[in-house]
Amino acid sequence: MYQGVIISGFGGQGIISAGILLAYSGMVEGKYVTFFPAYGAEMRGGTANCSVVVSSEEVASPVVAHPDTLIVMNEPSLLRFEPSVKSGGLLLLNSSLVSAKPKRDDAETVFIPANSIAEKIGTIKVANMVMLGAFAKKTGAINIDSIIKTLPKVYTKAKEDMLKKNEEALRKGMEV
Amino acid sequence: MNEKILMKGNEALAEGAVRAGCRFFSGYPITPQNEIPEYMSWRLPEVGGTFIQAESEVSAINMLFGASACGIRVMTSSSGPGISLKQEGISYISGAELPIFYADIMRGGPGLGNIAPAQGDYFQATRGGGHGDYRVIVFAPNSVSEMGNFPKICYELADKYRVPTMVLADGLLGQMMEPIVYNFEPVDPKDLPEKDYTLGCAEGRERRVIRSYDLRPGYLEKNTLRLGEKFKKIEENEVRYEKINLEGADIVIVAFGTASRVCKSAIPLGKEDGIKIGLLRPITLWPFPMKVLNQIADKVENILVVEMNIGQMVEDVKLAVEGKAKVHFYGRPSGGIPTTEEIFEQVKKILKR
Amino acid sequence: MKEKKVFKRTKGLTDIPMRYCPGCGHGIIHRLVAEVIEELGVLKRTIGIAPVGCSVFADEYFNCDMIQPAHGRGPAVATGIKRTRPDCIVFSYQGDGDLASIGMAETVHACARSENITIIFVNNAIYGMTGGQMAPTTLIGMKSTTTPFGRDVKVAGYPIKVCELLAPLEAPGYLVRVSVHKASQVMKAKKAIKKAFQVQMDGLGFSLVEIISPCPTDWFLTSLQAVEFAEKQMIPYFPLGEFKTPYKKEEVKKEAKEGIEVEYRTDFN
Repeated sequence: MYQGVIISGFGGQGIISAGILLAYSGMVEGKYVTFFPAYGAEMRGGTANCSVVVSSEEVASPVVAHPDTLIVMNEPSLLRFEPSVKSGGLLLLNSSLVSAKPKRDDAETVFIPANSIAEKIGTIKVANMVMLGAFAKKTGAINIDSIIKTLPKVYTKAKEDMLKKNEEALRKGMEV
Repeated sequence: MNEKILMKGNEALAEGAVRAGCRFFSGYPITPQNEIPEYMSWRLPEVGGTFIQAESEVSAINMLFGASACGIRVMTSSSGPGISLKQEGISYISGAELPIFYADIMRGGPGLGNIAPAQGDYFQATRGGGHGDYRVIVFAPNSVSEMGNFPKICYELADKYRVPTMVLADGLLGQMMEPIVYNFEPVDPKDLPEKDYTLGCAEGRERRVIRSYDLRPGYLEKNTLRLGEKFKKIEENEVRYEKINLEGADIVIVAFGTASRVCKSAIPLGKEDGIKIGLLRPITLWPFPMKVLNQIADKVENILVVEMNIGQMVEDVKLAVEGKAKVHFYGRPSGGIPTTEEIFEQVKKILKR
Repeated sequence: MKEKKVFKRTKGLTDIPMRYCPGCGHGIIHRLVAEVIEELGVLKRTIGIAPVGCSVFADEYFNCDMIQPAHGRGPAVATGIKRTRPDCIVFSYQGDGDLASIGMAETVHACARSENITIIFVNNAIYGMTGGQMAPTTLIGMKSTTTPFGRDVKVAGYPIKVCELLAPLEAPGYLVRVSVHKASQVMKAKKAIKKAFQVQMDGLGFSLVEIISPCPTDWFLTSLQAVEFAEKQMIPYFPLGEFKTPYKKEEVKKEAKEGIEVEYRTDFN
């Protein structure tokens, strides 16, 4: 099993923390994982993005050039990363913020109104978790319980109430 | 038993140094190593250590000179451009035979270059880097786990031989997160043996002088020859490398750091095509694994050196094999990271498959 | 008649003969620093830093732990030492090229960080050891081997006044300029050096004593002419006196009662 993932969106959408959470959960499951952020000058380019690999084998490079799954949180991210998705790969799209339609017909696209779902839970901050929930469900690369178990390890300062909302968002994402 | 944690390479390195007894850090900001000083700025005060953001890399390395002269475990870090500036101090520290530990988190170059991962500082690291006759023990980790666990070995060797030791990594190893388990218990500096050359309270002993010069005719030659003997001893005793799949290999790849990870992933591709790919990964770049490479050259016709530069370690490989095998080179400099497929293409080309 | 000892060697110096030229100020300044260290009773816990330059051999002469770093880096090395051994007294002995040219960044920033160290800055307006080249403090019109027609400000700019440069910073505890060009000034110089070490012992931060010092050899003058040059040329450009002192009038009075000899503002002119 090998899952190369790119998560991309605006700064503030919890892109980096979602990536770390994904890698951490993989580690908890005993898988080989890497997390690699875009750093330096790239941080000013309008998108925040990171690469995560979850694999049953040792990971050669943490740089994901051609993702198996692309998680798109905003429109610039779709323009930037859509061409790189592997043929037969998966595109998870935050349809609350992305109105453009993907052009790729060799990759499966799932439209997820992550912001609307998160808003119903009580805060748009958990939109990233909705996407992760959908990722867990669609790929099976990671167990949703591992992610939930890992939440307090990544969000060390989060209050109980916020952890609950994150968990709820993950579960809602599973239903998509 | 230490817990398995997910850490960024730079932070794992910094934490590893603190656990290995580092109590003094001075540095200057430069990407892609900023997490190291940032981490040290709060972590060192926790353990009663000192963090100073220096006015320049030149100053930072000289602060290390002073702190190391007082006997404590010290560290600095930078990326290529900053390491160039530190070379003056590293040369003096080598001349004065003081132990220090530092890290170069390499970026693209020459010049300001870029901030992408690269391995262009191999020559600078393995040849000492500054003026005069000296060497630095160079460790090349290829995982976050090694980033965190190598500082302890570096400090031990630095103290043992009274030489600078360094970790040569790149922006990718510094920036990525991976699981790590620290394989040693934290070192309490109080438990370390006292050094008989350090400055401080001279009560009850002769005064001590730390210097890197000797202007008396003939004296410095003798001293430098003695240093040479020390470096020879290090070459005999401290070579470290990893051998993978070498037995009966059709071709052997030599790569270090990030490049070695990618090369390793080419081994299963070879298997599918009936090509046995061996991999020798130098873990110490100086001392370089000369002997084992020479032995490999007895058994294999082709050696492929893969580096993220335009060809530096390949010269050491050629020296090591003494013409007994063909040495090929594949390089991706200044931010190019070779892919598994590229490596395998090279292998097929060389073997004419 | 009973013999009375009126002069003795200071324990602050080793018995290695100094190699300085006749008329050079280094020997005097070494002795003053050494006497101060001895008198303050800190010889066994003092760490000295020798510069690159004529006084590179200072590590042989001062009878305390010594370290010899790269040209200009004294204040950085002193920082590393003092932060590691705050119980030790740390001084960096530097010339004008060392401190005000190649080591200017280290000097300014150690001062700005208020490092609790003492700098003995010997200003003889010339690079001595390398053979008399222009220093950052070489006077306008003064000849050196790299300003053979005299320092031309259009080519080489102006000499740097270090005390005046550092004084506006918030941090320095004690800044003073003295001279050793004649006997009457020597004891004043010692007073300043002692005060600088006292500032460090009181934990009051960065102290720097700039000392005008003759260099007959590279000034191409006799020793006597050099004294006159210092008096007539150097001091008018580099006025003597205190530029900053950490002691407040009331505190000093209180301390004086306890027998500690500290003056609020000493007149060195």
